[in-house]
Amino acid sequence: MGTPGEGLGRCSHALIRGVPESLASGEGAGAGLPALDLAKAQREHGVLGGKLRQRLGLQLLELPPEESLPLGPLLGDTAVIQGDTALITRPWSPARRPEVDGVRKALQDLGLRIVEMADENATLDGTDVLFTGREFFVGLSKWTNHRGAEIVADTFRDFAVSTVPVSSPCHLRSFCGMGGPRTVVAGSSDAAQKAVRAMAVLTDHPYASLTLPDDAAADCLFLRPGLPGVLPFLLHRGGGDLPNSQEALQKLSDVTLVPVSCSELEKAGAGLSSLCLVLSTRPHS
Amino acid sequence: MTTEVGSASEVKKESDQLGADATKEKPKEAAENQQNQSSDLEEEKDSQSSPSAKSQSSTQRQKRQKDPSESRGISRFIPPWLKKQKSYNLVVAKDGGDKREPTQAVVEEQVLDKEESLPEEERQAKGDAEEAAQRKQQVIKVDIEEEKPSVSSPETQPAEEVRKEEREEEKVKEIQEDKSEEAAKRETKEVQTNELNAEKAVQKATKKTKSVQCKVTLLDGTEYSCDLEKRAKGQVLFDKVCEHLNLLEKDYFGLSFQESPEQKNWLDPAKQIKRQLRNLPWLFTFNVKFYPPDPSQLTEDITRYFLCLQLRQDIASGRLPCSFVTHALLGSYTLQAELGDYDPEEHASHDLSDFQFAPSQTKELEEKVVELHKTHRGLSPAQADSQFLENAKRLSMYGVDLHHAKDSEGVDIKLGVCANGLLIYKDRLRINRFAWPKILKISYKRSNFYIKVRPAELEQFESTIGFKLPNHRAAKRLWKVCVEHHTFYRLVSPEQPPKAKFLTLGSKFRYSGRTQAQTRQASTLIDRPAPHFERTSSKRASRILDGALVGVVDQSLTKDSPGPGEVSAYGRGVVSTAIVQDGDGRRDLRSPTKAPHVHLIEGKKNSLRVEGDNIYVRHSNLMLEDLDKAQEDILKHQASISELKRNFMESTPEPRPNEWEKRRITPLSLQIQGRKGDHLFKDILSMTEKHQMAATRTVEEKAQAADKKRAPESEGPCAGASDAVKSSHETLNVVEEKKQAEVGKDERVITEEMNGKELSPGSGPGDIRKVEPLTQKDSTSLSSESSSSSESEEEDVGEYRPHHRVTEGTIKEEQEEDEEEVEEEPSQASQVVEREAAVPEASPDRHAGASVSAVETVTQEHVVALNIPAEKSVHEGAFKQDVSEDTEDEQHKVNGEVSHVDIDVLPQIICCSEPPVVKTEMVTISDASQRTEISTKEVPIVQTETKTITYESPQIDGGAAGDSGTLLTAQTITSDSVSTTTTTHITKTIKGGISETRIEKRIVITGDTDIDHDQALAQAIREAREQHPDMSVTRVVVHKETELDEGEE
Repeated sequence: MGTPGEGLGRCSHALIRGVPESLASGEGAGAGLPALDLAKAQREHGVLGGKLRQRLGLQLLELPPEESLPLGPLLGDTAVIQGDTALITRPWSPARRPEVDGVRKALQDLGLRIVEMADENATLDGTDVLFTGREFFVGLSKWTNHRGAEIVADTFRDFAVSTVPVSSPCHLRSFCGMGGPRTVVAGSSDAAQKAVRAMAVLTDHPYASLTLPDDAAADCLFLRPGLPGVLPFLLHRGGGDLPNSQEALQKLSDVTLVPVSCSELEKAGAGLSSLCLVLSTRPHS
Repeated sequence: MTTEVGSASEVKKESDQLGADATKEKPKEAAENQQNQSSDLEEEKDSQSSPSAKSQSSTQRQKRQKDPSESRGISRFIPPWLKKQKSYNLVVAKDGGDKREPTQAVVEEQVLDKEESLPEEERQAKGDAEEAAQRKQQVIKVDIEEEKPSVSSPETQPAEEVRKEEREEEKVKEIQEDKSEEAAKRETKEVQTNELNAEKAVQKATKKTKSVQCKVTLLDGTEYSCDLEKRAKGQVLFDKVCEHLNLLEKDYFGLSFQESPEQKNWLDPAKQIKRQLRNLPWLFTFNVKFYPPDPSQLTEDITRYFLCLQLRQDIASGRLPCSFVTHALLGSYTLQAELGDYDPEEHASHDLSDFQFAPSQTKELEEKVVELHKTHRGLSPAQADSQFLENAKRLSMYGVDLHHAKDSEGVDIKLGVCANGLLIYKDRLRINRFAWPKILKISYKRSNFYIKVRPAELEQFESTIGFKLPNHRAAKRLWKVCVEHHTFYRLVSPEQPPKAKFLTLGSKFRYSGRTQAQTRQASTLIDRPAPHFERTSSKRASRILDGALVGVVDQSLTKDSPGPGEVSAYGRGVVSTAIVQDGDGRRDLRSPTKAPHVHLIEGKKNSLRVEGDNIYVRHSNLMLEDLDKAQEDILKHQASISELKRNFMESTPEPRPNEWEKRRITPLSLQIQGRKGDHLFKDILSMTEKHQMAATRTVEEKAQAADKKRAPESEGPCAGASDAVKSSHETLNVVEEKKQAEVGKDERVITEEMNGKELSPGSGPGDIRKVEPLTQKDSTSLSSESSSSSESEEEDVGEYRPHHRVTEGTIKEEQEEDEEEVEEEPSQASQVVEREAAVPEASPDRHAGASVSAVETVTQEHVVALNIPAEKSVHEGAFKQDVSEDTEDEQHKVNGEVSHVDIDVLPQIICCSEPPVVKTEMVTISDASQRTEISTKEVPIVQTETKTITYESPQIDGGAAGDSGTLLTAQTITSDSVSTTTTTHITKTIKGGISETRIEKRIVITGDTDIDHDQALAQAIREAREQHPDMSVTRVVVHKETELDEGEE
């Protein structure tokens, strides 16, 4: 368990999955996805991996892309990891459920305790889960239902798990994230603000909150690779993607800002929280 | 020692003697205590028997002196209907209490008891006088030795002669006892010494007494059994168990009994066990009732140990869910605490399946436990326990008491009551949360449980949310748990149970124990060597303690010892010793004399709290640590404000010439202070801030505050006094008293600063009583106001309004808003008052040809210390009575018009400028205030004849004039009686290290007859001097205004 909040962002490894060509074609992901520039998407993805590895010093594991899984790069939806436990999700979209297999295997190999969602009625997208270091919030969205949230609670019993209704057609993490152990960052949309208010009611812990002009800017990752004497990092969308939010992000203290871009991948519904999974193989050390 | 019920003079004598005795006794006390232990056992049994004695019995828990024991013994035998005897008993008990310093816990309990006992008394009471006497006595017993003088109230009545005699006898006894070393001997002696009729009764009674065997399952799984008198209250058993366990920080714990497999009920310490159990067997379990949010703040390792045991149970049973890793980690700390460092050989011999680390324990878990255990090398058992708790406290379900329920749509949910509020779970998910500050009211009706919630940010209205519990009992149980948790975690001191009134229905239940704030204070006073105790499965002694103490220590091992009697005796010894130390410590802090005052203050707090029902202070943090004071002060303000409001609402505003104000200020030699006062009047905000600052200032303050808290007793005296006194006093008196009361408030703050310099009880107490009755009357007649009736329900209904008298550690925005509101109110109120000071409240009839005269008294005090205590007590008295009266009124109202209750309650909130807070209910108040203001402005100025008499003493000005001092505190208090309005400004300044208190009182007397100014003046001066012997009266101004225009109104 450790000191509350200190567990947040602790990581030694990052897991990503390559961008398949099928993502650009929109096949298999179902309708609705706009065409995107595959090369650009892949470039963004490569840069992201590079930053994780070089800037943050994480061990990077990259799963190979699978053409049958166009949304495979969004592996943040496939698992919820806290400490040494990984809950393998049951994504709402049946088409995406096979995505979990590769992820499960990788996490297992890393020594995490794997928890499955056996319940046929449960759906959970990993990006509907926000871990604050002290507790979980699970967004009840289009993709995640109560039963899915309940399994999160069942899996991470040390923590309070609260449900937050998400009104907009997006995941909880697509408009909020943690800017620090005690800081919630959120976008300025109604849905985001509403969710933040709900969280404020539900929590026993005081959090500061930082509102950013863009919802997507709040989808950031607070990472503490554990390098000695190094400030924690905040991996966030850079000025090229979201120029309006950069100034507000500067208000976050005690973190090193690491901007990345994923504007092309965003067209497929990706955000930073969905493009990588971070974990620590020695969470309690 | 005897408390005197008799006349004041008698009292004096006795008190002197007493004082002497007391001093002698102190050194001996330790020895006595041990002696007492044995006797205590008997006492306890005895005490439970008679209803009247019940209250006392609780008192004894701390193995007080023999006296209590005697008294109890006697009392139990006395049939309740025998008035005299009864009173006698009471007296005795009181004496006992007086002698030793009651532990805080004791005091509180007493208060409780008193409350409960009241109904009984009433039933039995044949004459008011007698009743009054009884009450008084009860009150008295609560008091500390030094209080005796105060106890001797003028009102005292019949039966006293008898008592007196008895008392003296008692004295003798006591002395003898003191000398005697063996408890057993003592007991016999006592019996012999008793020449009273009561004795016979006692003996008879003894034979009749039936005892019941109780079994209590302790946290380590062992069973403790003892015999209890059949009518014993829960407290008796609880105290016994705690003694057996050698546990001092017991407020976190409680006894429970199973009503059914799923239903666990807490044994109410204030009620008879028998009645709670109904027909259930006398089987109990000892459990943690309030989980300390931060166990590291517990003072003693032994307390943490018991908490660990409880948590291990909770974990093993699944009540406290944990992840695998946490199970392993906690398990490893358990092993470290129980077995010490990991030792491969030794561990081979241990079967880990003996330990239950989780509801379902796997080999994998055991291995993980062992693996982690190895990493804890070097941790002492106490350290391991601490680590265990540090990890356990973070679990989301730590300290959450779950209750099954259905929401309004019939969906199964769980309601979790915890330190921070009410949590709503669906399955394992938290779906909603109501922090205590959000909850305005908690109630239940039949099997429904309701919470009334403050409107959310953008909402306009409060909402009431209902839950369906499985049955009525479950609803009531949940309600009680909520009340208790709210009180324990959020309040500074427990709320008074609503007075039992003839027609009042609904639950009177209130949490009666110490609050967390109080218990923390109390534990800081624990001053005993860390007790030795053995951990459950540990074969070897725990290393925590030094061997030196072993002799004492061994008592704790009582588990194994055979006879409960012996065991408890031992345990008692230990405990009592500790307590004694405790007491001594306190004494050091403040002189004995002071104690009574403190108690009185405490009483006041409570009373305020009652009024405070209406008050809702919102803030989001549950920080009980430091700022109690600030909160208190705020509450005080609110209380006084509410008084004002009440007056406004009821009284027809009379126009007051503005000149009055000017004049008032002008004549003051001490203009500076006067101005300050005025300023304060209008800008209460600043005042509040100052108070808060003051509050934060010193640790000592805290300690003192704690002391005050402990002594709910004060209520007793006040209440008793009020009841007893029937005579009407001059209005002036009333005024004076109130003034003092106000002074008292300020004094607190000052006192704190000064640290224990305080002293002699002075004349304060006596005066107070006199005055109080009047005050009560006044308030009664006037108070249409709401104060706090918290319960206006039918039988099955309980209602509880959390008033958040919270200690606010952190001031948040919300809070500030609230404070502002509060502050605003006072300012409005005060302004009104100023303008309309002359207004005869409540008695419109008199208005015709009313003459108003105002007496201003400015008292200056150079070294505050001595006066302070007296003032405090006075203050309390007055306030208390007011409060109680209010309560009564409310209740009456409730019966008549239930709907009004809510409305009345909210006035204070109404004042708040915050829109969201305001409801329909508030309308009443706001109307009132508006009305007042309007009228003030619009009403044509009445012509008046004015006459001013000024008395000025030569000395003063020099001191006051210098503005160079720092203003410590300033407070303005206004109180009204039917025909009198008193405004007091208290200003404290520090100059060159000397703190100076200036009290400015303005008394406005309104009447239709001419008032003799000279007399009024003389009286005002006299009283001022009496009440503040150490202060000098610097200026008195009598100002008379006669209304020429009678037509108005």
